[in-house]
Amino acid sequence: MNTEITSDSTQTSQIQAVTKNLSGSARIGRFIIFTILLVGAVIMLAPLAFLISSSLKNETQVFQYPIQWLPDPVRWLNYLEALTQKPFFLYFKNTMIIVVFNQIAILLTSSLVGYGFARINFPGRDFWFGVALATMMLPYYVTMVPQFILFSRLGWMDTYLPLIVPYFFGGGAFNVFLFRQFFRTIPEDLADAARIDGCSELGIYWRIFVPLSTPVFITVSIFTFLFSWNDFIGPLLYINSPEKFTVALGLATYRSMMGVGRTRWDLLMAASVTMTAPIVLLFFVLQRYFIKGVVMSGIKG
Amino acid sequence: MSKTIKYPATQLAQPSRVRSGFGRVLHWFNTPRGRHTITGYLFVSPFILGVLLWAVYPAGMAGWLAFQKWNLITPPQFTGLQNFQTMYSDVLFWKALKVTSIFTFVSVPLSLIISFATALLLNTKVRGLAVFRTIYYLPTIVPAVASAVLWAWILNTDFGLLNSVLHYFGFPKVAWLQEPEWALPAIILMSLWTVGQPMIIFLAGLQGIDDVYYEAAKIDGAGKWAQLIYITIPMMSSVIFFNLVLGVINSFQVFTAGYLITNGAPQNSTLFFVLYLYRAGFQNLKMGYAAALSWVLFFIILAFTMIIFKTVGSRVYYQE
Repeated sequence: MNTEITSDSTQTSQIQAVTKNLSGSARIGRFIIFTILLVGAVIMLAPLAFLISSSLKNETQVFQYPIQWLPDPVRWLNYLEALTQKPFFLYFKNTMIIVVFNQIAILLTSSLVGYGFARINFPGRDFWFGVALATMMLPYYVTMVPQFILFSRLGWMDTYLPLIVPYFFGGGAFNVFLFRQFFRTIPEDLADAARIDGCSELGIYWRIFVPLSTPVFITVSIFTFLFSWNDFIGPLLYINSPEKFTVALGLATYRSMMGVGRTRWDLLMAASVTMTAPIVLLFFVLQRYFIKGVVMSGIKG
Repeated sequence: MSKTIKYPATQLAQPSRVRSGFGRVLHWFNTPRGRHTITGYLFVSPFILGVLLWAVYPAGMAGWLAFQKWNLITPPQFTGLQNFQTMYSDVLFWKALKVTSIFTFVSVPLSLIISFATALLLNTKVRGLAVFRTIYYLPTIVPAVASAVLWAWILNTDFGLLNSVLHYFGFPKVAWLQEPEWALPAIILMSLWTVGQPMIIFLAGLQGIDDVYYEAAKIDGAGKWAQLIYITIPMMSSVIFFNLVLGVINSFQVFTAGYLITNGAPQNSTLFFVLYLYRAGFQNLKMGYAAALSWVLFFIILAFTMIIFKTVGSRVYYQE
């Protein structure tokens, strides 16, 4: 902390006294910062605690005031009831179908396109990359109405096609951007060596760039999962039959079903926990990639 | 980094033989430039097709639809500027615009200030940094639908978490979702639960600032406050700018919370623009009007982005 050098001994002792004082006030400062952060953390966690606690209470305890944080008795049956009142396992399966197809679509096509932008020098490349960046600014809701008309004309209503097929076309500009940024950091010499050995451009992509790019594949895969799992407006627009609902749509209709009469918040919370749990689990396993992805979007964007 | 390939003159010009047009095209395929062009476009072709199919075509069609009257059943009918005239005298349109603007102008600055302050506090080598970072980020990964259901319960008048806490501190109960003046503030409060998103980006930016600047400032006798004003904020300007633009773009598109928690009620006090757009198109089947609304939304977002770029963008410092 103290980098000043003095020859005068009296001055030195004075400075020592000051720094001692400073470190004391610095310690107080740190304590204050820690306390503020702790209070903030409690505020951030309180809704989640309320969610979990409510999901395990019985009907009378939910409507108890003041709030009883620890459910007594713990009612695990809420989960069974909530997940059978609406066929959430079916919704889960439906959502996973969309998730799997979106994963294939996005990981494959956005990495290919990202490779094209990062590694092949073709006329018009900068123009099309500019177009890619521009489409990131185009809000989803602007094209929502005409896309809806397009898909209904194609006869895709009440199928998963509108939620899957568009992603086979480049997989979204943001993902293309992430792949491009990553591929640009891989040394060109590797590709040149392969080229001399007669490897095709597709071969270079597949044999050299894909194996070297695991982190960015994981990051994009996480974002894809989050997007498909959480997407609400898409299924809301295109899926009508209850047996084709996704988890998000199922939970939303479960909530509006309870609009009449007494809302069973205990069951709603159990269903909400069920929808949130896979994401939180994924987050704790792959936290590094989550944060890296968010940061990549912010710093280099 | 981009590698420019110099093509030998002999490969580009072919003076030796006179070729037919077709032959020339065939030959072009074999030059390095031709091969690069073809492989390049093959690689990015899914994307180009996608842009045409899912962005250019729908955007163009929205432009066409905005001048039509169409309920999806009977054939569309050209009505000129009628949709825009309707909009001008549509009370709900102005209400939706007002609600969304208030939401944006309150929630975005608040969210930026809180997330920046939190990131500053976290960047002080505080104990338990990783744990705090995880806790603050956690709410942002909760699915929007689950979060909406949870907050409908938190904001419940008699048994919700928020009123319980307020009551504990001696405040009266508020009917958050039933009173027109409280519903929007409640949704703004809910939106602040996800400050972890910009915070993570701020924190990474702060950690990227070289210590030498602070060392130099300390030698010059700058206090903590001066360091914040003269070093941290200027160095962070590009990140602040990014979060500001993204925050505005996103907050103009709030849908799930308004749709699921209040459905625009009470008295349209939470009628967000996209919610109104959704109702116009998919509940009232006014496709032309909905398309006109989406164009207005697009130009509003574009205008705000341009204003931010013009006023703040020029002062942004990019670290290279």
